[in-house]
Amino acid sequence: MRPAGRGDTDSLYFTYPHFDAPADRDALSNPAPIAIVGAGPIGMTAALGLAREGVRSVMFGAKPTFNEGSRAICIARSSLYIFERIGAVAPFLEKALGWTTGRSFYRGSQILEFEMPDSAQEKYRPMYNLQQQYIEQFLWDAVKRNPLIETRWQSTVEAAEDTPGGVRLKVQDPHGSYTIDAAYVLAADGARSQIRKMRGLRLKGENYEGRYVIADVQMPHDYPTIRRALFDPDCRRGATILIHKQPDNIWRIDYQLADGEDEAHAMNEGTVRASVTAVLTEIGYDGEWELEWWSIYSANTLALDDYRDGRIFFIGDSAHIVPIFGVRGLNNGLADAHNIAWKLAWVMQGKAGEALLDSYTPERRGATLDVFANATKSARFMTPPTRGWQVMRDAALNLALSHPFAGHLANPRQMTPYTYADSPIVVEDDASFSGGAPAGAILPDALIGDAHLSDHLGDAFSLIVFDQALAKAIDLPDVAVIVLDTGSKAAKILSAGPSSAYLVRPDLHIAARWFEATPEAIKSGLTHAIAGVERHDPK
Amino acid sequence: MTPSDLERVYGALAEHIDAVGPAKSELFLSKLALLTAREIGDARRVLTLLDEARLNIDAAD
Repeated sequence: MRPAGRGDTDSLYFTYPHFDAPADRDALSNPAPIAIVGAGPIGMTAALGLAREGVRSVMFGAKPTFNEGSRAICIARSSLYIFERIGAVAPFLEKALGWTTGRSFYRGSQILEFEMPDSAQEKYRPMYNLQQQYIEQFLWDAVKRNPLIETRWQSTVEAAEDTPGGVRLKVQDPHGSYTIDAAYVLAADGARSQIRKMRGLRLKGENYEGRYVIADVQMPHDYPTIRRALFDPDCRRGATILIHKQPDNIWRIDYQLADGEDEAHAMNEGTVRASVTAVLTEIGYDGEWELEWWSIYSANTLALDDYRDGRIFFIGDSAHIVPIFGVRGLNNGLADAHNIAWKLAWVMQGKAGEALLDSYTPERRGATLDVFANATKSARFMTPPTRGWQVMRDAALNLALSHPFAGHLANPRQMTPYTYADSPIVVEDDASFSGGAPAGAILPDALIGDAHLSDHLGDAFSLIVFDQALAKAIDLPDVAVIVLDTGSKAAKILSAGPSSAYLVRPDLHIAARWFEATPEAIKSGLTHAIAGVERHDPK
Repeated sequence: MTPSDLERVYGALAEHIDAVGPAKSELFLSKLALLTAREIGDARRVLTLLDEARLNIDAAD
């Protein structure tokens, strides 16, 4: 919501574009290889991921512009790699605020300061803050210059029927309605997904009690980009408050509502202003501020049993809703899009077996369940569900005033990328390694001279080896071979021996690794990673 | 004790407090304190811990 007198997209700092529905009606029903329903950050990332693999898509956005509020604001390191792979990372690095530190306070006293893992070996910071409409703007800038993506705004998908070779969508826009056939559909239509509803599917899981108001204010507040959590503050006894800095002097203030607090009253502009004033007083800010936007959310852990329904794949919030404490809603959705994009492209191009698509749910739903486990722990601290958790939470906070160890119980579990250990297309990890990153994990980065390991990766699969002879023995299509020095920092980070090898997928997850690799093992590892299609050198 | 060990104990305490209910949780925690004291096996150390637990107790008002 926005203050009285201002429209939905009447922002203090962001100029919303206006997109018309397609004016040229001639080719609207031409079949599309892929239809993407939803033109938010997840849909656009999927479209760019497909385009990167040379696959054309048609994307439908229901609204005439971007998301009207700032909503998701934390972008995790792993998502920066996704933006890099799809050719969109530059503006993010220019605009977003990177951060590594969090501070927690109890009754005005700091009880915890934590640092997220970071080092000179890392290309990106662990987290960046950026308003969602900028995220959409930067992705859109890449989408609109890509000839393989056709975006149709103000276009609502009203039906999705299976056909022998795909899915037939019925689309409605201000000029009329039409049908379009697609071989596959990606449902990126958000938490209230209409596609999900049309297919008779339901999210399952738990709703938590805690409700939070999120308010963005603009103010010249002098504080570094450090996430602050206030437990049981004077201004809202019993509540938890989160404060994040965003670009353009925008500050995100999340405050928890009390159990009996009326939602409609809490959302009144006057109530929001009074609540924000109290929070600002608590943190010692007494300068000018302007209210930009506010909304409300509750903490849920809900997911589909299967992210695939025939030729429809659910990506992002349409497949799962997670509490925001761990900043995984957006980041998880981006990883969904990145995961399905290369798989769909490779299957459609005959470069991988059909079964590759069956790895999408175990990998990405597995990631969601991992998020649930962590988020449940965070939620128990932020909004204790029962008296027992409340008693222990209060004891930990009170003890933390004199004993810092107890403050670590207040450490939020931030996003760590999920390891696809149980995936049907990941080779069981080689137990001969005594460290490094296991099969299924995201490839760690490392400095190599002035560049990073990730800068050396190929467009498709990459094979990292430490032996020239092994490198010469490998000649597989779509596999870039990178030879590193055994004494390098990267070798150390990967715990690699002289004959070790890491096979890295297009989405930067490790498909397999061998402490003592052979060309035969590598070849069969690649076959496994692309679901059984033997790849031969086209020469 | 690692942070995750501490977290496990924290969670188990929360669940036990819920299981015994509000009327009995003080009894439960006091029994636990005596058991823990006996495990520590050092009365002076336990008495110091009691004083430490008293610190800032009014901050929760």
